[in-house]
Amino acid sequence: MAFLKVEDLKVHFPIKGGLFNRTIGAIKAVDGVSFEIEQGKTYGLVGESGSGKTTTGRAIVGLNEITEGKITYEGEELNIKGKAIDPRRDIQMIFQDPYSSLNPKKRVLDIVAEPLRNYEKLSRKEERQRVHELLEQVGLSPESILKYPHEFSGGQRQRIGVARAIALKPKLIIADEPVSALDVSVQAQVLNFMQDIQKELNLTYLFISHDLGIVKHMCDEIGIMYKGRYVESGTKQDIFNSPQHIYTKRLVAAIPDIDPKKREEKKQFRQEVQTEYEQSYNDYFDNEGLAYGLQSVSDTHLVALPEKG
Amino acid sequence: MSKELLEIKNLKTSFRIKDDYYAAVDDVTLTLNKNEVLGIVGESGSGKSALAFSVMGLHNRAKIEGNIHFKDADIANISPAKLNKLRGDDMAMIFQDPLTALNPLMPVGDQIAEAILLHKKDMSTKQRRNKVVDLLNKVGIPRPEHTYDQFPHELSGGMRQRIIIATAIANQPELLIADEPTTALDVTIQAQILDLIRDLKEDMNAGIILITHDLGVVAEMADRVAVMYAGQIVEIAEVGALFDNPLHPYTRSLLNSMPSEDEAQDKLHVIQGIVPSLQNLPRKGCRFAARIPWVEESAHEENPELHEVTPGHFVRCTCHNHFYFPDESKEEQANGVS
Amino acid sequence: MWKFIVRRLFITLPQVILLSVLIFLMAQMMPGDALSGLIDPNIDPAAIEQQRENLGLNNPWYVQYTDWITGALQGDLGQSFRYKMPVTELVEQRLINTFWLSVATLLITYIIAIPLGITSGRYNDSWADQMITGYTYIGFATPLFIFALVMLWVFGYQLGWFPTGGSVAPGLEPGSFDYVLSKLQHLLLPAISMALITTVNTVQYLRSEIIDTKQKDFIITARAKGASESRVYNRHILRNSLLPIAAFFGFEITGLIGGTVFVENIFGYPGMGDLFIQSILLRDYSVVTAVVLLFGIASILGALISDIILSLVDPRIRIK
Repeated sequence: MAFLKVEDLKVHFPIKGGLFNRTIGAIKAVDGVSFEIEQGKTYGLVGESGSGKTTTGRAIVGLNEITEGKITYEGEELNIKGKAIDPRRDIQMIFQDPYSSLNPKKRVLDIVAEPLRNYEKLSRKEERQRVHELLEQVGLSPESILKYPHEFSGGQRQRIGVARAIALKPKLIIADEPVSALDVSVQAQVLNFMQDIQKELNLTYLFISHDLGIVKHMCDEIGIMYKGRYVESGTKQDIFNSPQHIYTKRLVAAIPDIDPKKREEKKQFRQEVQTEYEQSYNDYFDNEGLAYGLQSVSDTHLVALPEKG
Repeated sequence: MSKELLEIKNLKTSFRIKDDYYAAVDDVTLTLNKNEVLGIVGESGSGKSALAFSVMGLHNRAKIEGNIHFKDADIANISPAKLNKLRGDDMAMIFQDPLTALNPLMPVGDQIAEAILLHKKDMSTKQRRNKVVDLLNKVGIPRPEHTYDQFPHELSGGMRQRIIIATAIANQPELLIADEPTTALDVTIQAQILDLIRDLKEDMNAGIILITHDLGVVAEMADRVAVMYAGQIVEIAEVGALFDNPLHPYTRSLLNSMPSEDEAQDKLHVIQGIVPSLQNLPRKGCRFAARIPWVEESAHEENPELHEVTPGHFVRCTCHNHFYFPDESKEEQANGVS
Repeated sequence: MWKFIVRRLFITLPQVILLSVLIFLMAQMMPGDALSGLIDPNIDPAAIEQQRENLGLNNPWYVQYTDWITGALQGDLGQSFRYKMPVTELVEQRLINTFWLSVATLLITYIIAIPLGITSGRYNDSWADQMITGYTYIGFATPLFIFALVMLWVFGYQLGWFPTGGSVAPGLEPGSFDYVLSKLQHLLLPAISMALITTVNTVQYLRSEIIDTKQKDFIITARAKGASESRVYNRHILRNSLLPIAAFFGFEITGLIGGTVFVENIFGYPGMGDLFIQSILLRDYSVVTAVVLLFGIASILGALISDIILSLVDPRIRIK
């Protein structure tokens, strides 16, 4: 049984319009997405802006209402209304922007203790003790407990965000572009640290990112989204060594190489992909420019291709 | 003068915070040749954007010392009227965020036309419109006539950046400064925009200063690279030399902290500490020394100068010869294999 | 854009209906009715009751409301018991007076606000800006009715530059040049007094709007194109800053209504505000109801005008 299983997830947002502001259509932000994550692994969800990757993550935590589909967490369905046990305590989220995701008027103590206050009845002393431990765990000095977010750098803020996320000892963390707003050197600090606590706490990550380099470094399995649908999914090796879908190839081709000697090679590769994209667009996208359903290429590797194969 | 297009000498750009001036750009000397792409790499707070703004004369309240020689003028000491003649005509700039860099209340075509109007006063409105449509074509906008009258919010991020680029190249500038031109864009769009800038460069024979935090972008685009840290250039070299043989500990750290393309090493290299804020910059000794715990005592004392190690390769470090990172030997092996 | 305006008009209608219902219900809740103050206490209560029945005063409220609103739509707002004349007639002349007073006040408000706001915003933290900001603080802190009294005393009584009451000098032929001139002379002092106080909002608003726009990235783009400072201000900053001011216009109208109540009363200017106070003091309920209704409609229309102006000038709304 999978740890987290998402089946045919759809999240549609209504479009209002006309004279009386009626619903005249829907933006299909997530349009039939399925995947599974095993415990202790890192699953990468990759896509460009508008691909629906963030909406998927938010739907799992319950921040976006689900239009259709099923999310099962440790065998229990998540999206049933009026359920007694709230599994969300086990699932926490880390946000992209460490500058706006922390309330500037609250002290670190209150920020980190917030989930504890929602779910656990602790005395003030116990609570302080827990926050101390958490800060230590994320590598911040316990003196920072009384400081405000603006007194920290971006990387440190992201650590505060992580401390808040792990306060309830969650099992699954949804990290939405956790390092996109950070400088390269700080990015490395946060990524290393995320790997450390993953081992320490046996965490499972759903790692949402647009940066294939980072995803390659962090993730075991990867799903690639385009306009609300999956175009390809598989292990890291599947995706990077033998990308099948033209969109995946375009993404891989677009990453700048840090070796200046490969410049020409890379440019040529990009042109080849572009030519293929223009010539065989219809083989990969339907009339609406959306991806087809997934077909399996190997045990682990799924690609969105038309039925006839 | 020789083939140098731009020559910056001992530039110091300082901002006033409370009662004191703090130098965001401190003693920068560099040159840009015609038809050359100079990449300037640094993290936020390194002073790379402040440098670009100084060259364009866009700082309103900063104190600027030193010289910026461009086309018989010294932009560090220039009258506003003369500066306005140069800006948008002989030198132009591409900005980071294409949404905020466009006036939301003006049709995008008019915004490009403004750049032409300001420098070619004898053109008729109709000629100008035709010229703008040509430019839109050139930057790869599919329906230029239609797009001319659209407003920024109707266009996608990539299209907006093309508008910004069209504005910048409207008068065939000799110097083009691109400040993080692709940071706000998606990867596939980034690749398209970079290709566009490269093509335009061939076309225009201009010198380009490309400012970015992304080493990958620099590796793809630049002929020469300057690495900035805490307001100073710490290393400058031909792009191949810099990536093959980085000398300054900071450059090496930056390269090591990138997730590697080839094989995922278990751990990324981490630079200790954070980029110091403008007010807290160490003004004495090597500015990066504080972030290397095992550095020699002397690094905190001497003010290293930028000096030439091999032809064209300059570094601002006294200890790069015998400097090592504890985890570097392992990586060198890995690099050797690949 | 037309869709937007039409939809906006559709919203306005229920707003006005709701307003009229609320006003009617409040009028109903006031003690007494049209008969209680009018009638000789010696008359037989049964006869009064009969009269009530005949006049429909015992009907349920919604029937009475329907009667009232049907009348109102036909221009019948009832009888003023004090002036012994139809409310519509009473209100008509005063409405025209208040309209011209408001127009004059708005004009003066913008004549003051735009140059001051621009100076203050463009040269912020300069000496001139500090003077202007100082003035706005004084404006915020000074109650309108005290300021109006001082103006009346100084310019009306001490210097004698302006008349001290009424809306026109008696004995002039309506429509003649002298008549118009006299009208103008009568409304100038109240309009200036009101404008000097209410304009500070707009000055401050314009100032912060300009300071805000000055720091936008597209201003840097304009400079990088080689635009001179004056062009940057005229073409980019000013245009973009005046937009919210135009949207503020509707709010301005609401503010004026409050202002006229004080100012007309102090200057003895026969307008809606003056009528409002008078009829409250005299418990002339049918007049109060009518005036409140008209004030309410004016504010709803103000908001409507704001939105329409905004949709005309802002492409982000225009295109939708």
